[in-house]
Amino acid sequence: MATQDVVMAGFGGQGLMAIGKILAKAAMEEGKNVTWMPSYGPEMRGGTANCVVIIDDDPIGSPVVKRTQAAVVMNKQSIDKFEPTVADHGLLVINTSLIDRKAARDDLKVVYVAANEIAESEGGAKAANMVMLGAYLGVTGATKPETLEHAIEATFAGKRGNLGDINVRAFRKGLEVGLAARG
Amino acid sequence: MAEQVAFKRTSVLTDDYFHYCPGCTHGVAHRLVAEVIEEMGIQDRTIGVSPVGCSVLAYNYLDVDFVEAAHGRAPAVATGIRRTLPEDRYVFTYQGDGDLASIGMAEIIHAANRGEKITVIFINNAIYGMTGGQMAPTTLPGMRTTTSPNGRDTGLCGHPIRMCELLDTLVEPKFIARGSLSSPKLILKAKKLLRQAFDLQHSGFTFVELLSTCPTGWGLTPDNSLAWLERNMVPFFPMEVFREPGKMPPQATPYHPDLKVRDDAPKAEKKTEEG
Amino acid sequence: MAQRRMLMKGTEAIAEAAIRAGCHHFFGYPITPQNEIPEYMSRRLPQVGGVYLQAESEVAAINMLCGAGAAGVRVMTSSSSPGVALMSEGASYMVGGELPAVIVNIMRGGPGLGDIQPSQGDYDQMTRGFGHGDKHFIVLAPSTVQEAVDMMALAFDLADEYRNPCVVLGDGLIGQMMEPVTFPEPSERTFDRSWAATGKKPGQRRNILRSLFLDPEVLEKHVEKLFEKFKVMELKEQRYEAWMMDDAPPVVISAYGTTARIAKSAIRELRAEGHRVGLFRPISAWPFPVDGLATYVEQTRLFLGIEMSMGQMVEDVRRVVAGRRPVQFWGRTGGMVPTVEEIVAQVKERSAALGQ
Repeated sequence: MATQDVVMAGFGGQGLMAIGKILAKAAMEEGKNVTWMPSYGPEMRGGTANCVVIIDDDPIGSPVVKRTQAAVVMNKQSIDKFEPTVADHGLLVINTSLIDRKAARDDLKVVYVAANEIAESEGGAKAANMVMLGAYLGVTGATKPETLEHAIEATFAGKRGNLGDINVRAFRKGLEVGLAARG
Repeated sequence: MAEQVAFKRTSVLTDDYFHYCPGCTHGVAHRLVAEVIEEMGIQDRTIGVSPVGCSVLAYNYLDVDFVEAAHGRAPAVATGIRRTLPEDRYVFTYQGDGDLASIGMAEIIHAANRGEKITVIFINNAIYGMTGGQMAPTTLPGMRTTTSPNGRDTGLCGHPIRMCELLDTLVEPKFIARGSLSSPKLILKAKKLLRQAFDLQHSGFTFVELLSTCPTGWGLTPDNSLAWLERNMVPFFPMEVFREPGKMPPQATPYHPDLKVRDDAPKAEKKTEEG
Repeated sequence: MAQRRMLMKGTEAIAEAAIRAGCHHFFGYPITPQNEIPEYMSRRLPQVGGVYLQAESEVAAINMLCGAGAAGVRVMTSSSSPGVALMSEGASYMVGGELPAVIVNIMRGGPGLGDIQPSQGDYDQMTRGFGHGDKHFIVLAPSTVQEAVDMMALAFDLADEYRNPCVVLGDGLIGQMMEPVTFPEPSERTFDRSWAATGKKPGQRRNILRSLFLDPEVLEKHVEKLFEKFKVMELKEQRYEAWMMDDAPPVVISAYGTTARIAKSAIRELRAEGHRVGLFRPISAWPFPVDGLATYVEQTRLFLGIEMSMGQMVEDVRRVVAGRRPVQFWGRTGGMVPTVEEIVAQVKERSAALGQ
């Protein structure tokens, strides 16, 4: 694996920044070079937010990429904005719970995930981001699933209740969807 | 008959000659500060901050460690020093009316509001002396200066600012007083104010305004300057102790340790996090 | 013992690195995109017995630095372009009074209020126009978060060594991005502080820290003394990276900060297609690495300056190349970040014009 890059986008509050960080952290734990670059400014205060994660064996040059290999989109504005910027034959992971359209391009590998419903069935609608992360990881194998689970657990360590468990379960459900789509 | 010491020069003044104009009260104010420092025995623990204005060279005369500040910024510089050095140090600024009440208004208000443990000595002579007699924020209505040749027009540039009264609206200051250097009796009184301020410095922000003369800027003889000060400045700038122990500050906003405006504010320490 | 890698945002990594470098006091005023630095400092400094204070303005903040620096403690501030402009007066006083401090500028788009996106429009402000009078500041420009971390300790050491404020010049990209970092062991260096204003020791000369010297002869001597220091800085503190320069590439990109890492990505692509291109990356914007760049002038056919500005550092490149080779420029501004594709296209077009 030479390099992996992905943009993750959705409403502020959907946890896109968080899953980007978790992915970056897991890749770092596997000894990779990583960058995590957020959109920032007024748009992060409640509007659409996104981050770009790059994982590479070599030192990373630009932390921003014009066309990403993959996009994980969690709301309508995000698919409209980022579907066109996915590289040819790239990957698009769509949250069908909040996006009622199909991918417009036919060269992409597209994974449809009902992330909110799946997360709710695991005990927390807020973990929809983890479902999306799982689906992305299932298709790309960007890190080992175990490393990523550790990163999730570390993120929620010390937090109230069983948030870590819920998030790991949501991640696993997403992973299944991703692995199945990998084919 | 044995000689008697009628007047002794304080050791906290250096041997340099004052560069001030004849009749200017800066020299008197310097001597009072020096005497207070000597009497308190704190020369080795005092750091002065000099301003921009006539007293820019204050460090030439007061024999203590000094840091020079940019125009108006002495309270900010003093804040940096105060927050760095051990508590037993004394930190004071010495500022004129242009420096403190015009360009340095933000710094003085905020240093007072934070309750910085410093003493601010404010020399109010109602004019910009060093630059040649321009209008100051404390210039009296109708008073002629080189930039208000027909007298201060309050319709154009407002009324003079009363700094003691302004600072007296704040909760934190521990001592705010105005005195005058216009007569021997008032000079002795002014020294008491300075001493009180230095004595209280370690409890919080202390401020002494001293009404002063500028014969050169005012275009008056030294004698007439003193009379002019008492006749015109004192009625507008009353000599009072506005704040001192026992004199209550304005009602403080109640402090709620649990008052949270937002839930997602970063926690101060990991261990204080819930769960 | 191997240090653990941590994933940190540039701004927070800068703050933590400063504390580990012995930064004890922080004064600042909020401005995007660097707010995580004061926020981090407000949490962490009290834990290590330090002082965090939010100033009423950038003007007050730099003067608080002046006071704390004069009292002999390691002190820093951080801000972004327009806020830094407000600090220029105080910074000049600190040079004149020979007071050490570290000033971090996370650049945003200008002029005026501009925007809050990444920019490199302050190169001239920091290397030329920061404050009045004859003066210089060492200006360090990190390209990665790790480099920013390593630079903080260096910046404090340089500030103390030369008794002069030192600037760390980043942009919104390096401030906002996260990368893995390891923190270096604290420096062992110690510095004389007998000059600080801490109270006159009995029987000793007192310390007066000032920049006012009314006698022109005395002021000239003072400035000459300062310039003795600046001369030493110019000899000893030039820092740069020459990347992919070993095969004497005909085209050399000059870029600093995050633009340089974008250029590296472009150079990898260009090289994969057979174009020989190299990178000259100043790490110290002042002193500009004159000597390093000079060694590459003869072997190069074209210099191409790339910046997130309308062309500021490129003037320093032109100064060194001095007409011997063409020096061209391409940049984006207003918060637009150059892309790898754009740089590749620019290099190909200009190489073709050269007859490559």
